[in-house]
Amino acid sequence: MIDFMQKLGHRTLSKLAAFGRSGQILFQSVVAKPAPVMMFPLLIKQIYFVGVLSLIIIVVSGLFIGMVLGLQGYTILADYGSEEAVGQMVALSLVRELAPVVTALLFAGRAGSALTAEIGLMKATEQLASLEMIGVDPLRRIIAPRLYAGFICMPLLTMIFAVVGVWGAALVAVDWLGIYSGSYWVNMQQSVDFMSDVVNGLIKAVVFGFVVTWIAVYQGYDCVPTSEGISQATTRTVVYSSLAVLGLDFILTALMFGDL
Amino acid sequence: MEAVSPATGSASSMLEDVIVEIKDLTFSRGNRPIFKGVDIKIPRGKVTAIMGPSGTGKTTLLKLIGGQLRPDSGDIVVEGSSVPSLGRKDLFVIREKMGMLFQSGALFTDMNVFDNIAFPIRVHTQLPEEMIRDIVLMKLQAVGLRGAYDLMPSELSGGMARRVALARAISLDPNIVMYDEPFTGQDPIAMGVLVNLIRRLNQALGHTSIIVSHDIQETLSIADYIYLIADGKVIAHGTPDQLKTIESEQVRQFVEGLPDGPVPFHYQAPDFLEQLMHKGVSR
Ligand SMILES: Nc1ncnc2c1ncn2[C@@H]1O[C@H](COP(=O)(O)OP(=O)(O)OP(=O)(O)O)[C@@H](O)[C@H]1O
Ligand SMILES: [Mg+2]
Repeated sequence: MIDFMQKLGHRTLSKLAAFGRSGQILFQSVVAKPAPVMMFPLLIKQIYFVGVLSLIIIVVSGLFIGMVLGLQGYTILADYGSEEAVGQMVALSLVRELAPVVTALLFAGRAGSALTAEIGLMKATEQLASLEMIGVDPLRRIIAPRLYAGFICMPLLTMIFAVVGVWGAALVAVDWLGIYSGSYWVNMQQSVDFMSDVVNGLIKAVVFGFVVTWIAVYQGYDCVPTSEGISQATTRTVVYSSLAVLGLDFILTALMFGDL
Repeated sequence: MEAVSPATGSASSMLEDVIVEIKDLTFSRGNRPIFKGVDIKIPRGKVTAIMGPSGTGKTTLLKLIGGQLRPDSGDIVVEGSSVPSLGRKDLFVIREKMGMLFQSGALFTDMNVFDNIAFPIRVHTQLPEEMIRDIVLMKLQAVGLRGAYDLMPSELSGGMARRVALARAISLDPNIVMYDEPFTGQDPIAMGVLVNLIRRLNQALGHTSIIVSHDIQETLSIADYIYLIADGKVIAHGTPDQLKTIESEQVRQFVEGLPDGPVPFHYQAPDFLEQLMHKGVSR
């Protein structure tokens, strides 16, 4: 029993210490002192790796999810004779929920895991240590551009996801199932509010982007520098950021749409 | 055991201008002590070698000097400032004066050879690109790899990567260069070139060089002063000639490369026979 309590206390303490370290990394790399001139080319490169290379998976998933939503929405709404409302249903569910959440989950799997593995490998091959010895702070040179790239790319990817999804749903509902395209789009325009739907969705995207990238770079920077340690860190990135995204989504939804 | 050093008088006169001073250093990994009270003085503008059996903590010592690890107690003074008490920012400032060749090379895998060597120059100076080009080519010429300037680190052999890493370590002409095993993986020709290179850099530019190495012959031929560490302590120090005359069995064993003697070849372990009898390894 005492053994168990001891273990529990030890686990709690080490989790707390890890949380403190991750906060320190975040602070030292981003908050403390941005260096825009040095950062710019590095940032562009990271936006390419984190954002542009994630485009394919985001576009393809957005398309299919939109198409599925269009099909499901149509069959359900047709029972009530209100299949014209499919545009409204698709747009609201995408903009408010599906686009930020699914994009964040895909982003964690595609970009987050790659960030963790890359930084972990740099640590294992002493590249981070040799940066330090050259007199360059790896937090600012390696970590900061990746963090910023994640913050910037997530909202953009979310928007792309939502747009492609709406278009995919239109493809199914209008072109295939034959809803009058005017009512699809007008319904959508009338029901989606810019502030309460679009902006709230984007706020979610910003929060998720922040959390996922933070977890990813922290796991890479703090990993045990062996191949086993890197693989564990990569797994943790995907698991922790997925859980964090889903949990935060509930909290944010409650705050934004729950009328508390 | 007391460190053995004959003719202390001449040694200390040589050591007057000290650039790195390590005072009563202790350091442990987990609960395994690596250093138990080590004192080392590294004279300015000389080649000082640190030797000792594998796993005694030579790499660890270099990392302590560079401020990447912090000692449990004791002090490390580099050019007048105490490294363990420096803040993050001052640490980066003092590291600009140091170059380090990592045991693993540690080249940046996302840059080619040229950019790897140009990296420290670009970060710390405002030199025009043509000048950087000339410096990099000069350094590459010195390590015999000018033709390899556009290769990626993954396309280099182990020995080549180490020479590129050496060129990077000296690209800014730092005051203190730390070489962790510069000779391993080199053929005899490259080895001779490197020995000359380190010597020359030292004479021409007045670098202070700290060499960690196992290659006794090369090290004896290049070093002005040698520290032998074993078992967490300095067991002997002196010039190469002085070391050759030390009678201590421990020192003789290392200098002559005898397989058995007081310096244990094995990482500390339970008695071999006993472990065999008990079948299996307890963790
Ligand atoms: N990251 C680490 N965590 C725990 N122990 C370590 C770590 N790095 C090194 N050690 C231990 O510290 C001791 C000294 O290691 P170090 O790398 O300094 O040896 P070395 O003298 O450079 O050996 P070699 O000549 O083989 O390179 C070793 O016994 C090793 O087990
Ligand atoms: Mg070593």
